[in-house]
Amino acid sequence: MNDHGLSLGRSAGIRDGRLRDGGATGAGVAAATSLDDYADLQRGEVALWSSPQLADRPLIVPRRAVVTDDRNVQPSAAPAETMLTARGVTKSYRRGEHVIPVLHGVDVDIRGGEFLAIIGQSGSGKSTLLHLLGTLDRPDDGEIYFEGHRIDNLSPAGRDVLRNRHFGMIFQFYHLLPEFTALQNVLAPLMIGNGLFTYLASRRRLRAQATELLDMVGLGHRLRHKPRELSGGELQRAAIARALVSQPRVLLADEPTGNLDQGTGEEIMRILRTLNREQKLTIVMVTHDAAIAASADRQVRLVEGRLAQA
Amino acid sequence: MYKYLLCWRYLRSRYIALACIISVMLGVATMIVVNGVMEGFTHKMEGRMHEILSDISFQSRSYDGFENPEWHMNRIRQIVGEDIAGMTPTVNTPALLSYEAGGRYFNQTVQLIGIDERTYDTVGDFGKYLQHPENRHELSFSLRDGGYDVRDHQEEAGTQIREEMKEAGWPHRRRVAQRAAAMRVAQPAPITPDDDLFQARAHGEQAANPQAAPDSDPNLKPNTGAILGIALASVRDQEGRDHFRILPGDDVKLTFPGIGNPGTSNRLGIHEQFTVVDFYESKMSEFDASFVFVPLQDLQRARGMIDPTTRIGRVTSIQIRLKEGADLEAVRDKLRTSFSPYYYAIQTWRDMQGSLLAAIRVETVVLNLLLFMIIAVAGFGILAIFYMIVFEKTRDIGILKSLGASSQGIMGIFLSYGMSLGAVGAGSGLAIGLLIVTYINKIAHFLGWLTGRPLFDPSIYYFQTIPTIIDPLTVGLILGGAMLIATAASILPACRAAMLRPVEALRYE
Repeated sequence: MNDHGLSLGRSAGIRDGRLRDGGATGAGVAAATSLDDYADLQRGEVALWSSPQLADRPLIVPRRAVVTDDRNVQPSAAPAETMLTARGVTKSYRRGEHVIPVLHGVDVDIRGGEFLAIIGQSGSGKSTLLHLLGTLDRPDDGEIYFEGHRIDNLSPAGRDVLRNRHFGMIFQFYHLLPEFTALQNVLAPLMIGNGLFTYLASRRRLRAQATELLDMVGLGHRLRHKPRELSGGELQRAAIARALVSQPRVLLADEPTGNLDQGTGEEIMRILRTLNREQKLTIVMVTHDAAIAASADRQVRLVEGRLAQA
Repeated sequence: MYKYLLCWRYLRSRYIALACIISVMLGVATMIVVNGVMEGFTHKMEGRMHEILSDISFQSRSYDGFENPEWHMNRIRQIVGEDIAGMTPTVNTPALLSYEAGGRYFNQTVQLIGIDERTYDTVGDFGKYLQHPENRHELSFSLRDGGYDVRDHQEEAGTQIREEMKEAGWPHRRRVAQRAAAMRVAQPAPITPDDDLFQARAHGEQAANPQAAPDSDPNLKPNTGAILGIALASVRDQEGRDHFRILPGDDVKLTFPGIGNPGTSNRLGIHEQFTVVDFYESKMSEFDASFVFVPLQDLQRARGMIDPTTRIGRVTSIQIRLKEGADLEAVRDKLRTSFSPYYYAIQTWRDMQGSLLAAIRVETVVLNLLLFMIIAVAGFGILAIFYMIVFEKTRDIGILKSLGASSQGIMGIFLSYGMSLGAVGAGSGLAIGLLIVTYINKIAHFLGWLTGRPLFDPSIYYFQTIPTIIDPLTVGLILGGAMLIATAASILPACRAAMLRPVEALRYE
């Protein structure tokens, strides 16, 4: 199976020299993350699959998890090689007394290492679909699978860990925390994912990791700047660095260029393409712009709440 | 980690939070100051009362008193002997104090107390409050030849000098007699009708008769000594300076009842001439303005309390001082069961001043309740401001959730934010409160100067300065309460923040 989580860690510039500087931890960052996950699994706190190797082990069901049906976790429900799968997903919003249907049974399979663009008009529900895939919201009906495991009915704690460690998200409006500097924004997922003492103990290593990522997106000179001091393109690059810092399996991008001029937008797309090609990062991007979507491997179109091949 | 970092950032960047901090700070500072002053006052008052009053007062229900005090004291010793450190018999009676000053007569009601010089000091710190150093050392009812304190010996510094006390005692007495003689030469008959009345009834040989020769011995010879409460003899102005109407060396007249059936055996309105030998200053204005002490036997004789056959005098009360650590209430209750309450009132010093002490206690409780309301108001301020901040931070909450922050984590941000606001507010309130308490007298002085009206009028309180005590337990409770309120006020906004769904939170652009 692929191991791009690990490869990202390496290619993002966590060089051995740096690591030795970081202290006695010695092991690669990605390995450390896996071990953290493994510890979580041992504690039975959350059911997660940090790496394909771990996925082979018996799944420990989270205490508060709602996974009741064994059939759901059977790989047969979704093709094993797919990273993310949606099956018959429907979603509607309630606005006052009106129920506004957004998605009527969406099926989509996203393979590992794929760069998928979901194209749709504004209001077609493409952002909603992305939120459902990223467990920011729950579907009314249907199922969502991540690496063959059903995730839409996970406990809140399980979904929190999923978002923290396995999904990276970038948004049209960047959504950086205004109180934090660029570096702190990138560190935020690591602060959230680690306890106070774990974080403080490995702070130097994690900062180095975040700095590397900011370097990679070309913001090495802007570490201490607050979001209000950064341009749109810089904000989005910082957001990408933040999405990548916990070495996610999937990057979910919601109109990443929607608020940028053409040149800056293309720069962002270049970064995404590089990530996809060189580090085999699975990317799901929604956009209304067919030109932007063209740089993806595969495009699907969301029309009237259903997906069609573009 | 992000919780504390964000909480810290919010604390530093939201100036509106300053309003919360200030309101908590003011509440805490006020509570600390008020409690410090109230406790200082209570403590000083109780201390003084306890020093002035004996532990237990064994009192007759009649001003006529009871016979044979020795028998009563022996009986008391039999019952609670092991707890007793000292006992003294006294005679208490209401009386009228009369004297001439500045050409006119003053008549004041007083509480006249006949005390036994030998034993009275064993039940309280009576001597400590006298103005002549030798009287403080060993009580005597004879007039001293000057040497009275011109400075309040109970206060360290800063009090006004009592210039008039410089010549108190024999020098004063001599000068008054000389002046009277000079007056008599100039104006042969300067006698007012009032004077006439008193002259007629006075004991001829002891009266301070202005018509008598100034240098003749009978006039200079002092009468029985009397110790006056200092506020009977002086008035204190707003600067805290005392102005004396009479001084040690002056003669005063006391009018008091005898015993028995009025009109027959009881000669109402017995007049006795006394010479002031010292002042009593307990700093309890109530006592200082009403007590007059005279020797026990002289009072017994004047009131006809001495049995002609046995030569044993009646007394109205026995004052008892207990040993350190003795149980006041238990001793009182034991005595109460042995002596009929029909004739005897047996009270501890707390019982005697019960209403005053209870009033202070109630006042403290009510004040604290009201002040705590202030902090509660601050709590609602925090609630409102936090709700605002949560609303403002909706997008940030969505971002954090999209990054995997748990609802508990989001709640933690706002709870720790509230707690740190409470802590900062309580901490600065503590600092300000302690500063005010430390410099309260200077502040009161300054405010008095600023407003032109003294904040703390020593002529009313009889304390020259505002007493304060900081009780660590009270301070701890105030700080804890303030932080609890601040935290409690942030619970609701924190819950709201935690319950926000990430998608909804992110929708705000």
